[in-house]
Amino acid sequence: MDFILEGFFQAFDLLASGNAEAYSAIWATVKVSSYSIGCSLLIGIPLGFFLGYFDFRGKKPLRTVVDTLMALPTVFIGLLVYAFVTQRGPLGNFGLLFTLPGIAIGQTILALPIVIGLSATAVESMDEKLRIAIMSMGANRRQLFISSLWEARHGLLAGAIAAYGRVMTEVGISMMVGGNIKWHTRTITTAIALETNKGQFGLGVALGLVLLAIAFCVNISVSFLRRRV
Amino acid sequence: MKRLCAAIIGLALVVYLLPASSSAEEKMLMMATTTSTDNTGLLDYLAPKFKAATGIELKWTATGTGKALKLGQNCDVDILMVHAPPAEKKFVADGFGTDRREIMYNDFVIIGPASDPAGIKGKSIKDAFAMVKTKQAVFTSRGDNSGTHKKELSLWKAANLPVPEKESWYVQTGQGMLATINIAAERNGYTMTDRGTYIKYESNLKGNPPLKILVEGDAVLLNQYSVIAIDKTHCAKAKYDTAGQFIEWITGAAAQQLIKEFKLLGKPLFTPNAKM
Repeated sequence: MDFILEGFFQAFDLLASGNAEAYSAIWATVKVSSYSIGCSLLIGIPLGFFLGYFDFRGKKPLRTVVDTLMALPTVFIGLLVYAFVTQRGPLGNFGLLFTLPGIAIGQTILALPIVIGLSATAVESMDEKLRIAIMSMGANRRQLFISSLWEARHGLLAGAIAAYGRVMTEVGISMMVGGNIKWHTRTITTAIALETNKGQFGLGVALGLVLLAIAFCVNISVSFLRRRV
Repeated sequence: MKRLCAAIIGLALVVYLLPASSSAEEKMLMMATTTSTDNTGLLDYLAPKFKAATGIELKWTATGTGKALKLGQNCDVDILMVHAPPAEKKFVADGFGTDRREIMYNDFVIIGPASDPAGIKGKSIKDAFAMVKTKQAVFTSRGDNSGTHKKELSLWKAANLPVPEKESWYVQTGQGMLATINIAAERNGYTMTDRGTYIKYESNLKGNPPLKILVEGDAVLLNQYSVIAIDKTHCAKAKYDTAGQFIEWITGAAAQQLIKEFKLLGKPLFTPNAKM
């Protein structure tokens, strides 16, 4: 039990003393999760909009597939991405294994179904009259797309936050594709796994609290943004 | 919306401008190794000295020997530092690796609660395993195809006992050595560990751990570590020459002395034995 309290103090100590290893892991986490959330929003929101806005044959089954993919296990994604980026895999030439962009590919796959699914829900739950109103004002397709997204912004934001939480906290992909290499691909979560394996439970707790603190900062800025717009 | 865009672009810029963690193409060597060399801190201690001597940065990923060999076979690393001689020899014979050199050893020990419910203290490894089985004492196994796990399996076979699998007293953790020791401690059971990791465990618990060394010193308990370069005909892109530099360095007198001086709680963790 003691190590939980010990970890609490160690967390402050790590941050205050500018512990180089801890900061390296923090940067790696912030960087890689920003890459992957950026990519998944760029790809996911248009797809989600498409899925939520239009009616087409096979929409329901497609929705079910997307929802099922939300349950993709991270270790399984890690294994899939590894199969592609290993030197003997089809993408081996790009040298993505044991790099942050490699991890970001996996995390994008992890986040995409969440972004697509929740964006689709957000767009679907918009008032039907809104579309008619926008159309009646003579909006073209692009304007319709933009203003629909704008009306659904709170739902989209909720999706983005959920996806960000999943990306930041996953360990399977980072471990398998990143390899937990010190100073390079060691993220906060793989560092926690390592320290726990080494029996340094206090340090593990400390790093976990640091991760929570980062998530807290992100959510604070998001809710600030939400109040402003 | 504009403000949102500005915020996203701003964030993207910040991320882009974050200090790059590696200046891309300086000389680098990628190693796959076992949890024991990493968890004990040996590589943290050797890597800066290797860099000072040769200018090459050593990067490593620590996994079980099984996965390390797989990473080597898939050309994802340049060099291996592992401890499962039979699997290593097969790896070399299959043409995946070359220039295998033994560098150091430590030994395996059987640890268990001080009260020793199965009464194995001081016994031979063969008798100790037989006692554990008869008394159905809890025994935690790595169960992860690592070097330690392979060694443990070979010891059951050497003792003419069937390898336990589903027995309720035989706990396969599937985790690293220290995690497995901790599980053994929680269950008041026995386990087999390399001495280096045990000393690390001892030092974590300020020198007073619940599990003590009960069986040691048997010749079969020797734990040999080797380095293997990835074969350059098998993997054209592997940095065979850089790997060669590491092998030359670690088997050399200076690095061997460094290994000898590497201590925890005043106890040496590894004994260098490279043939020069």
